Amino acid sequence: MKLLFKRINRKKIPLYANFIIFVLIYALGAIFYRKFLSLRVFVNLLTDNSFLGITAVGMTLVIISGGIDLSVGSMMVFTTMLIALFTEMLHLPPIVVLPAVVLIGVLFGSLMGGLIHFFNAPPFIVTLSGMFLARGLGFVISLDSIPIKHKFYYNASQFGIQLTEKIRMPIIAIIFIAVVIIGIILSHYTKFGRNTYAIGGNEQSAVLMGLPVGRIKIMIYAFSGMCSALAGIVYVLYTLSGYGLAYMGLELDSVASVVIGGTLLTGGVGYVEGTLVGVLIQGLIYNFITFQGNLNVWWAKIVIGLLLLFFILMQRTFSTRTAAN
Amino acid sequence: MITANPILAINRLCKDFPGVKALDNVDFFLRKGEIHALMGENGAGKSVLVKVLTGVYKRDKGKIYFEGKPFYVHSPKEAQECGISTVYQEINLVPNLSVAENIYLNRQPQIRGFIDWKATNKKAEKVLERLDLKLDVKQPLGSFSIAIQQMVAIGRALDLDAKVLILDEPTSSLNVKEVQQLFTIMRKLKSLGHSIIFITHFIDQVYEISDRITVLRNGMLVGEFLTDSIDRVELIAKLMGKKLAEFSSEQAEIEQGDENKQGIPFLEVQGLGKKGLIEPFDLRMYKREVLGLAGLLGSGRTEIANLIFGIDRADKGQILLNGKSVNISNPHDSLKFGFGLCPEDRKSEGIIEDLSIRENIILSLQVKKGCFKYIKRKIQEKLVSKYIDMLKIKTPDMEQAIKNLSGGNQQKVIVARWLASNPGLLIMDEPTRGIDVGAKAEIQKLILELSQKGMAILFISSELEEVIRCSQKVVVVRDKAKIAELTGTQINEHTIMNKIAVV
Repeated sequence: MKLLFKRINRKKIPLYANFIIFVLIYALGAIFYRKFLSLRVFVNLLTDNSFLGITAVGMTLVIISGGIDLSVGSMMVFTTMLIALFTEMLHLPPIVVLPAVVLIGVLFGSLMGGLIHFFNAPPFIVTLSGMFLARGLGFVISLDSIPIKHKFYYNASQFGIQLTEKIRMPIIAIIFIAVVIIGIILSHYTKFGRNTYAIGGNEQSAVLMGLPVGRIKIMIYAFSGMCSALAGIVYVLYTLSGYGLAYMGLELDSVASVVIGGTLLTGGVGYVEGTLVGVLIQGLIYNFITFQGNLNVWWAKIVIGLLLLFFILMQRTFSTRTAAN
Repeated sequence: MITANPILAINRLCKDFPGVKALDNVDFFLRKGEIHALMGENGAGKSVLVKVLTGVYKRDKGKIYFEGKPFYVHSPKEAQECGISTVYQEINLVPNLSVAENIYLNRQPQIRGFIDWKATNKKAEKVLERLDLKLDVKQPLGSFSIAIQQMVAIGRALDLDAKVLILDEPTSSLNVKEVQQLFTIMRKLKSLGHSIIFITHFIDQVYEISDRITVLRNGMLVGEFLTDSIDRVELIAKLMGKKLAEFSSEQAEIEQGDENKQGIPFLEVQGLGKKGLIEPFDLRMYKREVLGLAGLLGSGRTEIANLIFGIDRADKGQILLNGKSVNISNPHDSLKFGFGLCPEDRKSEGIIEDLSIRENIILSLQVKKGCFKYIKRKIQEKLVSKYIDMLKIKTPDMEQAIKNLSGGNQQKVIVARWLASNPGLLIMDEPTRGIDVGAKAEIQKLILELSQKGMAILFISSELEEVIRCSQKVVVVRDKAKIAELTGTQINEHTIMNKIAVV
């Protein structure tokens, strides 16, 4: 037992805690509510949190590198507006629209990454202005919600993998899982991913070790921008509309998911798989409130806030302890 | 100097920083398969030499030949690729990644574009085997001791085909056993034909491991010596720089008056010490007295200053002020008791770069008054201009940002800051480091004037000459302990150096 305990990597403790909490909440739900454990509830959990989850994957890499990206929510919303503009006003086909919006997301992210690297500007400020800019640009297109009536988007939103006779995994959830898998592979099995960890661990060392720090930083924010654009596409499939006021504060939920998922805000340590669980924990808490029926939704926020506090404190103790060693 | 094909030859290298000649026509030769110690006190130019060599700084003048060919690189990365790797005292690896990753970062073996973790770990184990090191390479680097981390850094350098390895103060944070471990590895590398530049200030270690010693002082080459043919006292003399002839005329000014050295001392330190930092020591300081601290770099000079000033907290002993025991647990306390400290690292601990001269001077007075009591601008200006005149600070006006001043003038501003709070004790840790000769003389004169006006001054310097000239009493420290106290005629180079050199 002792040996087993010794083998556990200390830095992974927040990750394990996050898994345990997930299982606990799920178990609690299953005890209180009969249907909590059903496959349908789980599929809905994935679907309803897919856009949050997709941005959180990008955010995970950004935070591992020691940065932050506050523009993800606005960028997602801006993407929905772009799709609406291109499709409904300019009548462009999806085959043009979809690659175009992803490319715009990548460019937007690269631009922010470039500013952060070349001007040595703090990511918080650069992405904050990115956040205002993208929200604003969305409103330039329209102040109102624009329904997207193109057949393709409706058909796509109905597509899914039949799991059982009645239950289907919709495309939205599939994209979410695919992005998570890509995120895991990127972070664990590519030089880009490992260099990201190195930059977050100690940027100056990374420079002295001869890593292409500038290029990697730009790529990290480009990846996050791409994730935001993908989240925008998913959001369009989810609501079949573009709306500039949609999901205010997504970026902060996204950061919360990443931190609850065991990623250190100071950078250098983190796991995309943890982020997935972090997103689902938040979703479960909302589910709990819904199942309960009488409670105000804001209780979910309160619980998430407490959970976040718990994780931050846990991170502090572990990072100071490892430093003391 | 004629040498058998040096692998690295540096000829008449020059590097200027504003106000200082950091390197002044320095020569350095490194032969294949030798361990070459590079020594010098603070500001001697050791690290500048390494930084110019590895492309961190641009050289002003001079030539470098590596393996017989002219050598010019723009970054440590480029130097690494050419075969010159540096292992710093502060490990420049990433602690959050595994040992194997740290060795192979951005060079990991891959299968179809994805990292082959098995191969990475295996190769890392092989590299470390060459250093007779067996580690679990999958563990994060940060979970190992500094010594092991350093060896991993050496392993990385080896795998990058380093022909020249620069070890920058590698032993400063190692214990005795770890130092031996490191030396075993260094000997092994030497036998494999690698050349090592070993920067250190530990005399014993130099004698144990190095073949040759190059000594720098104030940016100039003092000389290159075969380790076997230079004895300790001689080496220490070279390190401390025996001559500073320019201002020996002022020596006569010091009065060795004893009339005020009786009775209760202004400051008495009894058995003050902290484990691992400095052995318990006693000091007695009177008003109108300059107490000099002599010793080599890393001997415990600064530690003594920091303990008295409360930057580090003593775990033994006590401080008596005018015969009464006082409790000093942080710098704020010592300010209250009228102590002042001009720190060794002027840039990061002394001045606040972007503030003006006026603001820098007013700081300590403001602290003493409490931070909510506004000091009228008129009074500030009057005070500041008084000190600018008194200390002859060269500046167009008092609103100039302090970073624009030369080192000597910055030092004067710090002194002015303390004078403004009218301290009873002023601790000056290397006040003359990195400033030009003229400014040095002015600072020395200032020290004498201040002490004559009634201040007690604790003066730390690596210039032996300077300590001897300014102090009425000299305390010698070595290996983190006070080893001698000298007064009167005992204060001379010969006695001090012998005290330091005795094993």
